[in-house]
Amino acid sequence: MTTINNMSFQFAGAAGTGCDSQGSGWARSMTRAGLWTFANFDFESRIRGGHIYYQIRVGEEPIETHGEGAHVLLAFDEQAVRERIDDILPGGAVIFDENYKLDDSLFEGRDLLVIRAPLVKFATDIGGNKLMANTAAVGVLVGITNFSAEYIESSLREAFTGRYPGERGEKLAASNIEVLTAAVEYGAQFQDRFDFQIQSRPGGENRILINGNVAIGMGAIGGGCRFISGYPMTPATTVLEFLAAHQDEYGIVVKQTEDEIAALLTAIGAAHAGARAMTSTSGGGFCLMTEALGLAGTTETGVVIVNAQRAGPSTGMPTRTEQGDLDFVLYASHGEFPRLVLTPGSVEECFRAGHRAFNLAEKFQTPVIIMTDLFQAFALKTIDRADLDFGNITIDRGKLVSDEQLDAIGPDEIYARHKLSDDGISPRALPGHPRGVYMTTGDEHTERGFITESQTVRVQQMDKRMQKLETARPDMLPPELYGDQDADITLVGWGSTRGPVREAVDLLIADGQSAGAIHFPEVWPLPAGTEEALSAARYLIGVEQNFSGQFAGIVRRATGINFQHRILKYDSKQITAGDIVAAVKEEVRVGV
Amino acid sequence: MSEPATVTIKDFNTDERSTWCPGCGDFGIVVGLKRALTELGIGPHQVMFTSGIGCGSKLPHYMWANEFNSLHGRPVPVATGIRLAAPNKFTVISVSGDGDSYGIGVGHLIHTARRNVNMVQVVENNQVYALTKGQYSPTSQPGLVTTTSPEGSIEAALNGLGTAIMAGASFVGRGFSGDPRGMADLLARAIEHPGYALVEILQDCVIYNRVNTTKWYRERIYDLQEEDHDTSDMRSAIDRSLEWGDRIPTGILFQNTERPTYEDQVPAIKVFGGAVDRDLAGEFSPKDLAKMLDDYA
Repeated sequence: MTTINNMSFQFAGAAGTGCDSQGSGWARSMTRAGLWTFANFDFESRIRGGHIYYQIRVGEEPIETHGEGAHVLLAFDEQAVRERIDDILPGGAVIFDENYKLDDSLFEGRDLLVIRAPLVKFATDIGGNKLMANTAAVGVLVGITNFSAEYIESSLREAFTGRYPGERGEKLAASNIEVLTAAVEYGAQFQDRFDFQIQSRPGGENRILINGNVAIGMGAIGGGCRFISGYPMTPATTVLEFLAAHQDEYGIVVKQTEDEIAALLTAIGAAHAGARAMTSTSGGGFCLMTEALGLAGTTETGVVIVNAQRAGPSTGMPTRTEQGDLDFVLYASHGEFPRLVLTPGSVEECFRAGHRAFNLAEKFQTPVIIMTDLFQAFALKTIDRADLDFGNITIDRGKLVSDEQLDAIGPDEIYARHKLSDDGISPRALPGHPRGVYMTTGDEHTERGFITESQTVRVQQMDKRMQKLETARPDMLPPELYGDQDADITLVGWGSTRGPVREAVDLLIADGQSAGAIHFPEVWPLPAGTEEALSAARYLIGVEQNFSGQFAGIVRRATGINFQHRILKYDSKQITAGDIVAAVKEEVRVGV
Repeated sequence: MSEPATVTIKDFNTDERSTWCPGCGDFGIVVGLKRALTELGIGPHQVMFTSGIGCGSKLPHYMWANEFNSLHGRPVPVATGIRLAAPNKFTVISVSGDGDSYGIGVGHLIHTARRNVNMVQVVENNQVYALTKGQYSPTSQPGLVTTTSPEGSIEAALNGLGTAIMAGASFVGRGFSGDPRGMADLLARAIEHPGYALVEILQDCVIYNRVNTTKWYRERIYDLQEEDHDTSDMRSAIDRSLEWGDRIPTGILFQNTERPTYEDQVPAIKVFGGAVDRDLAGEFSPKDLAKMLDDYA
């Protein structure tokens, strides 16, 4: 029996051989063909060589996470076959060039269709360039899945005419399409031995394929961000790059700084002047920013920081994922000051966090940190264009003092930037008005921003600043419930575990178990309703990608609520629904 | 943006009382800055000071003007952020001592100089960490006895002016706190200069540096502009920056007015102006913003 539009692919090979661009290109073609995809990129900290792969899952419904295993492995070198052969699911296929020296014993005893295809031959004989072997490989894939070649043809045309305008691009596109056509025909001969097919569906024109970092960047621009400073660091760099790519259209000042210390301080300067400003980094860069984080807290400067986590500590594993920075981000910098921490768990939530962060930063006049991770930074997801709704974004600058209000300040009055207030928030004047001259400082200060050593003022200003955490609680997004509401077990997560957790709940329910989930898109301050949601659950299982169950610890400290069990994964690979289901069933740690 | 008729030196007066020691060279620097701003007609709301941590970094507190007092060693990146977000709004002046600017913050100095961000970095150089009560600094002369160099410093002193010139600073000068008038003139030229300007002010620390005293400086300093010095000649300026002994140069060592400022080259500023002057809510329609999605279709 043939399965239609429900399968996974792997594109594997060495870095720099094109398997990554072919993989993301395949996901894009699937999206254009009206299918939903989720693609995870697994790569190493090197420019060329090594072993990398795209894991691409395709279905007829929106997909929230990457799957496990593949129905087809497209191998771009011999090592890829050896490394990934065990991932191929029963009834699957592996496609590679006929010249690879791979012993048949590798495939013995496997329920597997092995296709040794004349990829280089097609490339050289038809295209006149062996580089077109990649196109041939995709062609064989189109052939065996009975997919329509037109989506690949149009991608090839775009790619080559885009890169090489004029006749050269046209010629290259035409040659590649000839290679593709031959390979599709070759692949089609295996259709009767392969039970998985891809068919286009309507609706592809309304969809896009993006990753979490791009979504954060889009949200930020939509939310009025006009300034980003940053220092390159995987996996945060693409936020900086996204805003740089759009600096001309939306007027974004992009400042690559000498280090992360300067990155946050430059953003603080811009925010102090009145711009919506951000920086993006990963854990190591965030370490360097910690002193400035406290400066933003005490000077009451609303600035946005993206921390795209990777496996730490120190350099850790630069291209591997983890959620190991939550405790650190919550407590980073000496002394005490309020900070808000957002933990989006999907492309859509990354977009929302991207614009919400700026309203929260200006409303509460304090740093806001968006926590994402390497998995979300790179994973591609098909979504509806309408899911990223720019029309739904509002700009709330909080207690901003108008020029008219400043004009009304009399000659004997002085504007006080850090004026005491019940909600902890002072009316903020943007500097530059003759009646609004003021200073502020990282030293403890009076309402007017002068350095003070008065104990009375110290207590007043500390109380005022820390009050913001209470004031902000109702503004934080509530935890999101999923699955059975009166479940035997409730999985609790934050950030990128959202997709795997939801799918695990689906699998457990399908298996006849009673399961639910609580996802926290924003974790600090703990949103209103946290205690109620957690107390109502019968058996709480924290699902986190760190060693110690950091969020569970934070919840216990803040609420006294204990999670009965923790599923922790810190082997640097993203947790899957399968991992969670297995761990729930065995009640053991996964990934070790 | 200048209003010469309306700005007077009194506009910068504040009733905030300083924490400096009697006789501190910092008092002279306040006077120099007030005079320079007054001369140029720049009012308290048109200037933005950033400062670090240390005795000298408290200076903007003792003037009535906008100030963001940041961290030790970090006033310059804050200044950069202000300049790039509000390029048409403020004269930006960073003020901090030699430990702040030449020690912990020297990386920022070098990179801001080479970018040519339009700002003035004032380095108050007393050759010692004073507020922490007398340790040797990056500009302490070899042999200086301090609490952390009880047998005398064994480090070479940093040539801050030469470092700035080599880094690409387009204006480099040196003043002396004992000469507020000359310093004010130098600061005014630095403020007027389109680009990054480093102004080092030699000053004594009456408590912790008993070697490099006001008397010691007066016996050695001379005014470059009274000699045959070509400020556009970088090699000659570097030679002058190396002079430290019987003769110590003050005045403008180097100036290059040809280099464009960093701000003038930022694409977003060229087309859209200053970020802080733009309308956040209505600037782009949802349709304009949704064009970002097209690359991902």
